[in-house]
Amino acid sequence: MSAGITDNDTHRTVRHTGLDVEVAGVSKRFGGALALDNVSVTLKAGTVHALVGENGAGKSTLGKIVSGVLTPDDGEVRLNGAPVALHSPREGLAHGIVTIAQELAIVPGLSVEENVFLGITANRAGFVRRRESRRRFNELAEQVGFRLTPGAMAGSLRTADQQKVEIMRALSRNAAVLIMDEPTGALSGDEAEALYEVIRSLASNGQSVVLISHFLSEVLALSDTITTLRDGRLISTVAAKDATESSLIEGMLGRSLGAAFPEKQPADPDATTVLSIDHLYAPQVSDASLTVHAGEIVGIAGLVGSGRSELARAIFRDAKVTKGVVLLEGQELKGHSPHTSIQRGLSFIPESRKEMGLLVGRSVKENITLSRLDKVSRFGWISKSRERAVVSGLMTRVKVKAANMKVPASSLSGGNQQKLLFARIAMCEPAILIADEPTRGVDVGSKRAIYDMLVELAQTGMGIIVISSDLEEVLGISHRIMVMRLGRIVADLRGEQMNQQSVLEAAFSQPTVIEGEV
Amino acid sequence: MANAPVSDVKDVETPSESSSDTHFNVSRLLGSWRTAGIFIPFLILFIILSISSQPFLQSTNLINILDQQASLLVIAAAGTLVLVAGGIDLSVGATYGLTSVIAGQIAEHHAPWIAVVAGLGIGLLIGLVNGTIVTVFKINPLITTLAMSFVIGGIATKVTGGNLIVLTTDPGFAKVAGTNFLGMPSAVWIMIVIVVALALLLSRTTFGRFVVAAGGNAEAARLAGVRVNMVRIVTFVLSGGAAAAGGIIDTSRVLSAQASSGGSALAFTVLAGIVVGGTSIAGGEGAVPRTVIGVLFIALIGNGFDLLGFDPLYQQIVLGVILLIAVGLDMWARKRQR
Repeated sequence: MSAGITDNDTHRTVRHTGLDVEVAGVSKRFGGALALDNVSVTLKAGTVHALVGENGAGKSTLGKIVSGVLTPDDGEVRLNGAPVALHSPREGLAHGIVTIAQELAIVPGLSVEENVFLGITANRAGFVRRRESRRRFNELAEQVGFRLTPGAMAGSLRTADQQKVEIMRALSRNAAVLIMDEPTGALSGDEAEALYEVIRSLASNGQSVVLISHFLSEVLALSDTITTLRDGRLISTVAAKDATESSLIEGMLGRSLGAAFPEKQPADPDATTVLSIDHLYAPQVSDASLTVHAGEIVGIAGLVGSGRSELARAIFRDAKVTKGVVLLEGQELKGHSPHTSIQRGLSFIPESRKEMGLLVGRSVKENITLSRLDKVSRFGWISKSRERAVVSGLMTRVKVKAANMKVPASSLSGGNQQKLLFARIAMCEPAILIADEPTRGVDVGSKRAIYDMLVELAQTGMGIIVISSDLEEVLGISHRIMVMRLGRIVADLRGEQMNQQSVLEAAFSQPTVIEGEV
Repeated sequence: MANAPVSDVKDVETPSESSSDTHFNVSRLLGSWRTAGIFIPFLILFIILSISSQPFLQSTNLINILDQQASLLVIAAAGTLVLVAGGIDLSVGATYGLTSVIAGQIAEHHAPWIAVVAGLGIGLLIGLVNGTIVTVFKINPLITTLAMSFVIGGIATKVTGGNLIVLTTDPGFAKVAGTNFLGMPSAVWIMIVIVVALALLLSRTTFGRFVVAAGGNAEAARLAGVRVNMVRIVTFVLSGGAAAAGGIIDTSRVLSAQASSGGSALAFTVLAGIVVGGTSIAGGEGAVPRTVIGVLFIALIGNGFDLLGFDPLYQQIVLGVILLIAVGLDMWARKRQR
């Protein structure tokens, strides 16, 4: 990124439009495993081309080969028919191929504008040419239709806007091909919608977008062409209009998924109340009341920022409760730490498993037993044999796929990492489990396994609260649904009322009761 | 982008894609390198010294090394727990100095056990203060313990008035570290007991697991029910106690004490030993036996320079280079393990 644009005004108008990228017979090996096996795909200019597949199918590897991050062991990449050997992302960039990774590369302390032109700042003899820079920024913003304040600190923006900064940066470097790896994973519904608009307008401008995504509805709505990969092999490349969600899933799994959700077991009407919350107030939560019975799965729906996670943390006693009580099996839950909550029989699966759930560098075994080491130890001394026995039992029960119990959690796929947390919960045997976004970033096959796990845990008499932004998921597994809006529970839906429309209506409803307190 | 931040947050897809058998072998190899890492250079150095210097392999020399290193080993063993829990303790040198002079002054007029108990008590108390400041007031441990080392060092100078304390009246205190038992002085035996206890505490107990969890991912550990603050406080208390034990051992060995003994030089030597041993400065992993080898490795370099008559000037340069290599390898291994 050394090529500083100095006084050359014409440079910026040159675009690599109309770049066809052809991947021909590419194979890539990581050690002994074939990550890609003789894959051929053509990414046509002016189209949105989606790559779908389970975790580990080779989608990201393919994206990295196209962008030059990885070099293929066999086969070649051709740009407009001419073979090229890309050895680094810089060389990819020089040809107009840019990746927008899942983890954003934003410098939080610099302004939006400075981030966009990072490394190619307009300058004269080392001095930034502010007016020139601003003019180019405005031009670019107009072209893609983003409304960003150029002077705002990039770190203060919400994720969707940071993503826009990255996209603008990519465009400022005359990108012809944008590779987007799970671009909407961290976005809320309306933010994702805004991004879709951008992707469509990029394609209509002649640029091509490679979309790597787990969200099949998104893939079907946005793409022109969809390539399915499984175990590193190309399964199919079809026009999006000829694909359906189930045909894609079948291609990804090599079998049809069957039902997405396990059959609902009717909740026992005489079940005891395990959790009851009465007029609870906490940061970003006001006047929340709810009950959960043994064996019941209660879904909590609502928009991002509606206070769902905050409610979970308040119940778990990880946030300060300003007013109201939490009754667990009829007894008031006091104490102010997750430690006491877990001891009392309340477990929590946090929303981001890598930051808040797992010790990614530690072994599968250590991750599973962390919460209840007391069960495999005496006077603080861990019995290795007992720990092994307990862990292997739990791994079988929760169906964790790992080479053995000593490999680090980081070596597992997203779905299996999530299963580790469920194994931990199964060891805790809590009366109440709160799972925050339990299937985020999990592939289709593992999702079903997690739903089965939730149902199985509920059948043992556990009361379960599932917080999810995936409406189908909430509808598919819950016995009851609470909808939150602006920190309040605005609907308690059961039976016939549980449908997409009523959930959305409640989530977007105007608050009717505005009480005096905050 | 190419300059994506190095963190343990990963692309959702990468783990399983690279989860081939070979990947496991690579990380296992690196894992075992981390364990075996320092043992191999240590063995090589040991063999070289055995061949090139006649007096090296004599038991008096070897026991002498252990006797001299006893205090450092004890402090470094506890320091390993602090580092693994995600902290750092730079105040051990000052604590060592303060407990040395206080134990020395008390031993002049009272029974040796009173001096020992008083010294240990002060060390544990300092550790408690460190741990409380770091966890309750959430002040960076590096700054906390650096500041505390100034405070403690000042107190030690005040206590002695800047004078050297020499124990002349009661030789009983010498027996604490100098009693011969099965051919080795009690300083070495005390060191072995403390080091083994700390090693087992870290590797085989629930507390040890909590220490690792607290350093590996404090937020995840807390949400999993680990009392992270409590765990960290205990590691600082152990470190303070160990620094006191080191001070007492050395005062008993040389029968003199000085406020300025120990200090930042000791704190950094301890840290160097831990890091050369392969315990990560970033927390979340490490082991006491490796620290022992790390400290002894540095000691052997010093001993070798003495025995072979090299210019001691180069000793520090060699130590600095080795430290950089150790940290560099650690970073490289971490990156590969991602």
